[in-house]
Amino acid sequence: MSYFSDIYNGIKTLLTGMSVTGKYFIHARKGSLTQQYPDNRETLKMFDRFRGEVVMPHDENNEHRCTGCQKCEIACPNGTIEIIWDRGIDEETGKKKKKIDKHIYHLGMCTMCGLCIEACPTDAIVWAQNYENSVYDRTKLSKVLNQPGSKVKAGIED
Amino acid sequence: MMMIPLNITKTIHDWLYSVMPENAASITEMLLIAIAYLALFAVAGLYLVLLERKVAAWFQLRLGPNRVGPFGLFQTMADALKLLSKELTSTDKTDKFLYNLAPFFVITTSLIALSVFPFSKQFQAFDINIGVFFLIAVSSIGVIGILIGGWSSNNKYAMIGAMRSGVQTISYELSVGLSIITMVLLTGTLQLSEIIEIQRTGGWLIWQGHIPAIIAFMIFMIAGTAETNRAPFDLVEAESELGAGFHTEYSGMKFAYFFLAEFINMFIIASIAVVLFFGGWLSPFGITEGITWFPEVLWFLIKVLIIIFLMMWFRWTFPRLRIDQLLTLEWKYLLPINLVNLVVMAIIIWLNLTF
Repeated sequence: MSYFSDIYNGIKTLLTGMSVTGKYFIHARKGSLTQQYPDNRETLKMFDRFRGEVVMPHDENNEHRCTGCQKCEIACPNGTIEIIWDRGIDEETGKKKKKIDKHIYHLGMCTMCGLCIEACPTDAIVWAQNYENSVYDRTKLSKVLNQPGSKVKAGIED
Repeated sequence: MMMIPLNITKTIHDWLYSVMPENAASITEMLLIAIAYLALFAVAGLYLVLLERKVAAWFQLRLGPNRVGPFGLFQTMADALKLLSKELTSTDKTDKFLYNLAPFFVITTSLIALSVFPFSKQFQAFDINIGVFFLIAVSSIGVIGILIGGWSSNNKYAMIGAMRSGVQTISYELSVGLSIITMVLLTGTLQLSEIIEIQRTGGWLIWQGHIPAIIAFMIFMIAGTAETNRAPFDLVEAESELGAGFHTEYSGMKFAYFFLAEFINMFIIASIAVVLFFGGWLSPFGITEGITWFPEVLWFLIKVLIIIFLMMWFRWTFPRLRIDQLLTLEWKYLLPINLVNLVVMAIIIWLNLTF
């Protein structure tokens, strides 16, 4: 007779489900997941894997890690990254060397796929966790990632 | 007879009869009571919507509405105002008369059903001697409104939703009726105020009838949830399949009527459960029995809110049933159990095994 065992199992599983949601209900006041965004602007911190925009970190000597290899530009599926580069003479070796003039990033075209960051051999560009990216003029969405006067960190290309 | 000897209405009652001829006063009093009930249950419906949203949020670890007024208390008021100000749209080929009639059908039947409940010893608009029968009859009419609404919208989703509602309500009506009859066996009366009087001396009916009463209560809750078309039985408005179901084409205040009626129906089902199983406005263990100033309506409302919370708990826990599962549950499980339960109850009363 599976009829009565069906009823028994049915009630049992329903009660199990209700106990799970009941526990959530009791803990809802403390463990609420809601972020009340404009109010907690100062304290709200995005999680590490959040993809806000691509940035190029600089150290305290205004040095970045970008060698101008253009792998990110090639990897980008929709032409978001544009690198203006030049050949300059390296002071130490006296040889001609490729270096970036401007690393231009069009946030308006970016789909946050992350292929550029995967492609970068020197980890020069990373994801930032900022999310307030709206502007009134779309030209403001095109950003130069390397700071003015910065240069590549020594020993990156080796 | 329309007589409510509440203290406040007593004064109005006397005053009305002193300034007007008897017939006019009687009609005015009826109108006043109707307006009072309408206003009361518009507000009650709005706050049940708010409660639902809050409870749903807490079940899902959210906060719920908390912006409009303190703790979001005016959120549903604002929503109702918004709906009031919206345009009443309809499609080209609707059956205009039926389309406009349907929301009133739904809301009127739920308001009629409310009139027989004894909210406290004095607060009962219509103490009819076939109260339970009246309730079963009236609460079944609501589905006609849903069917009319779905049919006249000239929309296939609304139509399917309405037909599902018909199937569901006709099936589950049986279980609601039979579980109520099980309790009526115990009370021996259909008058709601008398049912409560019986519970004053012998304890609540769920205690008097013990095992069959508990089974009847469980069946009543399942079938009652299905009657109000709420999840897990909300095939009528299954969002993923039918848009919004039978009220897809309704907008503005007509939509709000359907929406309010759903919550008032929930209140009705909870009220029937409270009256038939949990002693209505009687206090638990008679703790406020001797206190004359204590508003007994408070106990009624507390019990109703607990039952409503239970229904919300169902809603935010269980997944929606398929239509065949819905009918299997009714015809293969609830109905046979209910019939056996009825016989068990009869035997228990025959052998005097009630408490």
